[in-house]
Amino acid sequence: MRKKIGLTGDGAAAEAMRQIDPEVVAVYPITPQTEIVERFAEFVAEGLVQTELINVESEHSALSACCGSSMAGVRTMTCTSAQGLALMHEMLYIAAGNRLPIVMVNVNRTLSAPINIHNDQSDSLGSRDAGWIQLYCENPQEVYDTVIQAVRIAEDHQVMLPVMVCLDGFIVSHNMEPVELLDDGEVKEFIGEFKPRLNLLDTERPITAGNLTLPEYFFEHKYAQVYALEQSKEKIEEVGREFGDRFGRRYGLVEGYKLDDAEIAVITLGSMAGTARVAVDALRGEGIKAGLLKMRCYRPFPVQELAGALKNIRAAAVMEKAVSPGAPGPAVFSDIIAALYRQSVRINLISYVAGLGGRDVPVKSIHRVYEHLQKVAASGEPDRILNYLDLRGWE
Amino acid sequence: MNFNTLHTTHGRAIPFATGLKLARPELTVIVITGDGDAAAIGGNHLIHAARRNIDLTAVCFNNNIYGMTSGQYSPLTPKSKKAATAPYGNIENNFDLCRLVIAAGASYVARGTAYHVRSLIRLITRGIRHRGFAFIEALSPCPTYYGRINGLDSAISMLQWQKEHALDIKAASRKRPYELEDKIIIGELFNSEARGLNIPEFSQEYWNLIKRVKDK
Ligand SMILES: Cc1ncc(C[n+]2csc(CCOP(=O)(O)OP(=O)(O)O)c2C)c(N)n1
Repeated sequence: MRKKIGLTGDGAAAEAMRQIDPEVVAVYPITPQTEIVERFAEFVAEGLVQTELINVESEHSALSACCGSSMAGVRTMTCTSAQGLALMHEMLYIAAGNRLPIVMVNVNRTLSAPINIHNDQSDSLGSRDAGWIQLYCENPQEVYDTVIQAVRIAEDHQVMLPVMVCLDGFIVSHNMEPVELLDDGEVKEFIGEFKPRLNLLDTERPITAGNLTLPEYFFEHKYAQVYALEQSKEKIEEVGREFGDRFGRRYGLVEGYKLDDAEIAVITLGSMAGTARVAVDALRGEGIKAGLLKMRCYRPFPVQELAGALKNIRAAAVMEKAVSPGAPGPAVFSDIIAALYRQSVRINLISYVAGLGGRDVPVKSIHRVYEHLQKVAASGEPDRILNYLDLRGWE
Repeated sequence: MNFNTLHTTHGRAIPFATGLKLARPELTVIVITGDGDAAAIGGNHLIHAARRNIDLTAVCFNNNIYGMTSGQYSPLTPKSKKAATAPYGNIENNFDLCRLVIAAGASYVARGTAYHVRSLIRLITRGIRHRGFAFIEALSPCPTYYGRINGLDSAISMLQWQKEHALDIKAASRKRPYELEDKIIIGELFNSEARGLNIPEFSQEYWNLIKRVKDK
């Protein structure tokens, strides 16, 4: 039976993992992901799942163990944050390059140094080129729904790629909200049984995995992986649509909020979208045509969908919780510029880096971003492209 | 106190310290580590520092648990004891870190407890004065994340436990093996100098090599 209960983002992820009941979970604890590990360990101890839970000695080993079990043809999951994701970096590429449909929950936390346990998105955004699908969640309900969908997406035979489900540390991971849980049976039916394409334990069809691939073939192998990631967009949309048809909550690659007639818009990912909705509602109350575009899917990048959604906007700001030191702009902003260029959409675009190391991004600060956008829309030209929200000693 | 501190990443204190010691061999370098840090994520670094016998002093605060992340079991959580990730008890075998580093080549190895604080201070002081890799395992209570779920619900009862279970190595040498089964041996477990052994120290070897090659 479906039921609505109060859950944190970590709790919602753990609940989805319980219902998915993967064969293997390999993990190492790190704040703010720990609650997922602990809850799941309890499910294992209570016999509520059949999972082999491997408590390894570091994140590098966690993802290595996941690669092994996924190659052996079983459904495999893990979860981490920040330094843990950084330590997994080598194995991120191994998982994607070997086309292993591992699902990881990454609870976004900033990367040291200076050491800090709070939220920003520098961990997963910094792993953007590892070849994983990356989906960002606004609240615990989305975490729950997305983890379930991620299994279907990853394991699709046309996709066969690892998926990272990202949620903002503390803001989403530790705040409790009502979450509607599906019936265990409904989840089982939705995700179906994992049918691996290849399987190291299938002695009838012996294979070897992880081979040395020299210049004659490497490039083609890599391109096949790039192509699969590009193509996975369709599957992400299809799974999000089917989820909506069955359970009433529909998901896509991007989601607009009061965007259809908007003149100015904020584009963001994760929990900032929730805060920005409040700002949009207030501005609409004052008769200002403000809108919001939430990027749910960051990899593969929804080039056409994003450009299409923005083409009638006069000025937009990309708000992201990460910096790209020395780059022409932060990662999401730069990707959006490239996407707009590819689609020949010309709008005034500015960047706001916000919330690094857990600095709060309140409604009133997002308000100031919209005020800035009003100025840009009026003058038809950005006064300053790269901005840092609520940074002391800047300007 | 007059020293600088360096905060590293989880598990990597020993490699940071190794770099520091090689660059500035005249400095006294102390590594503060935990059982999770030294035995799990940084376990490889520990054995290699011991193998090289580099002149660092590593003090491992062994509270039998990952305290910082709120109570998951570590490689030093005793078998059958509970943890957040082992609600029905840990089924994994443990390391004896002191025996591990002795086997790997450390030249000074000692164990103390928070209860036997005077002796612990002495052991750490000797470790710092010792030239070579010194490892001191300091048993420390974690009432919040280890004691509470294992029937020792206060810092005092945990210290009491240490008092009752720790046995000095000299006293232990007079006991039969079965009498030591639930005991923790404390004191100086290995000291190359006291045994008259001369184990080469790595930073010295390193500078000797530089000098030898430059003088050529
Ligand atoms: C790469 C990485 N993974 C995980 C963590 C999270 N983490 C911080 S401290 C800790 C465990 C520490 O245990 P221990 O060394 O025994 O020290 P204690 O906290 O018990 O004093 C963990 C897992 C981290 N900081 N970095």
